[in-house]
Amino acid sequence: MKNIQEHLVEKIARRFFKNLLESAKDILPIILVIVFFQWVVLEQNIPNLDNLLIGTAFVLVGLTMFVYGLELGLFPIAEALAYSFVKKGSLFWLLVFAFVLGFGTSFAEPALIAVANEASKVAQLGGVIDNNSMALEDYAVGLRYTVAIAVGLSVVLSMIRILKGWSLSYFIIGGYGVIILTTILAPDFIIGVAYDAGGVTTSTITVPLLSALGVGLASSIRGRNPLTDGFGVIALAALFPIVAVMIFGMLV
Amino acid sequence: MNLFTALADMLWNILPIAMVLFGFQSLILKQQIPNVKRIIVGFILVWIGLTLFIVGLEQALFPLGKLMANQLTSEDFIGKTNLSWVDYYWVYIFAACIGFATTIAEPALLAVAIKAEKVSGGFIKVWPLRIAVAVGVAIGIALGSYRIVAGLPLHYFIISGYVVVLIQTYFSPKAVIALAYDSGGVTTSTVTVPLVAALGIGLASSIDGRNPLIDGFGLIAFASLFPIMSVMAYVNFAKYLKK
Repeated sequence: MKNIQEHLVEKIARRFFKNLLESAKDILPIILVIVFFQWVVLEQNIPNLDNLLIGTAFVLVGLTMFVYGLELGLFPIAEALAYSFVKKGSLFWLLVFAFVLGFGTSFAEPALIAVANEASKVAQLGGVIDNNSMALEDYAVGLRYTVAIAVGLSVVLSMIRILKGWSLSYFIIGGYGVIILTTILAPDFIIGVAYDAGGVTTSTITVPLLSALGVGLASSIRGRNPLTDGFGVIALAALFPIVAVMIFGMLV
Repeated sequence: MNLFTALADMLWNILPIAMVLFGFQSLILKQQIPNVKRIIVGFILVWIGLTLFIVGLEQALFPLGKLMANQLTSEDFIGKTNLSWVDYYWVYIFAACIGFATTIAEPALLAVAIKAEKVSGGFIKVWPLRIAVAVGVAIGIALGSYRIVAGLPLHYFIISGYVVVLIQTYFSPKAVIALAYDSGGVTTSTVTVPLVAALGIGLASSIDGRNPLIDGFGLIAFASLFPIMSVMAYVNFAKYLKK
């Protein structure tokens, strides 16, 4: 009995060590770039070397645990949900769920909060809003709502797209067309913010969830290919906010 | 940053999502959650893992990376005045290297790559996909830095990028188009955004006539557009090699 336990512990430890090595490969490039530029290009020593080493150890262990956790928790629950929605056949709840997930994860996204705050300063500089902190705050929160609603709607649309088997290309081509049109009409200062808003909404937890949901949904429905139909949820979630922010810029 | 407050912050981010997932599965759909214990362990691992990852980055890599972005863009480093865009060559090299390196470390991309390898039955492999995306980000950020230095309008680049993407879409195998488009969205999260934003703001504040608030934006847009092109190029190239 004890032998089996020891064997198991050894197996887990060996696997963890192997995964740790995998993670080391993932972050090695960053270390190399920083060390090269610090030593060779800027010709400086690395300040707080012990800090750097401890931080790197954290990053390594953290990444290893995260990838473990993805496979154990995040992927299976998203797939179970997609399967349950299909089994129950409740389109209404699937769409409610899609919206809540898209809206909720974007509204709380720290990167979006940072971009929205920067953007309200840009708007103030452009003379669009009054020069006080109330107006700044209102603008930033309004922008966050705009982006979060856009992401929520995009996930809803993606679910419908997967169910119906519509081709993603049409949505992307149409989306690009609308972006170009709104770029012409939108005030100049908002364009940079809008293009960036598309990139920041998709966070480290949202991305695995949304792709597992899309792939799970596509695999549960007969006639859908998980590769062709299941991916693309993130692509739309990155397109919609661009348009939404430009429209926000035109209206406010 | 304190590890304890970081854990609490991250819990705040993950808990609502977990509640939505578990709530829908058990209360609304009234379905059992398979392997509840395993899934809970998985969530705890994601929670602690992501916290350690971010604390480590903020502790060690971000301050140094941001400091470098500032130093490389300053006139003291370049060593002469009246600069033309060519004098910033170290900035472009740094932009490309850091874009590549942070993308390889991006956990969201790793997640999508793992999923893609499984779903495609091994036709798409984790490492080549990640490298293709990282090359796209590298080119995108280098070009985006050049745009800030040269002071060219952002939408010219983005709209021409769209045209290229549409042409590539026409010629690419249908199966991978969605994945390629997704690659654009996954590149810009935890690791890439803070460093790239620092680079953009550093550039825009050190160059005369640029406003960090207005011109500092746009690098993330480049980092989301170019991976779409590089992934489609990679797939077409792989197909060509097979023939």
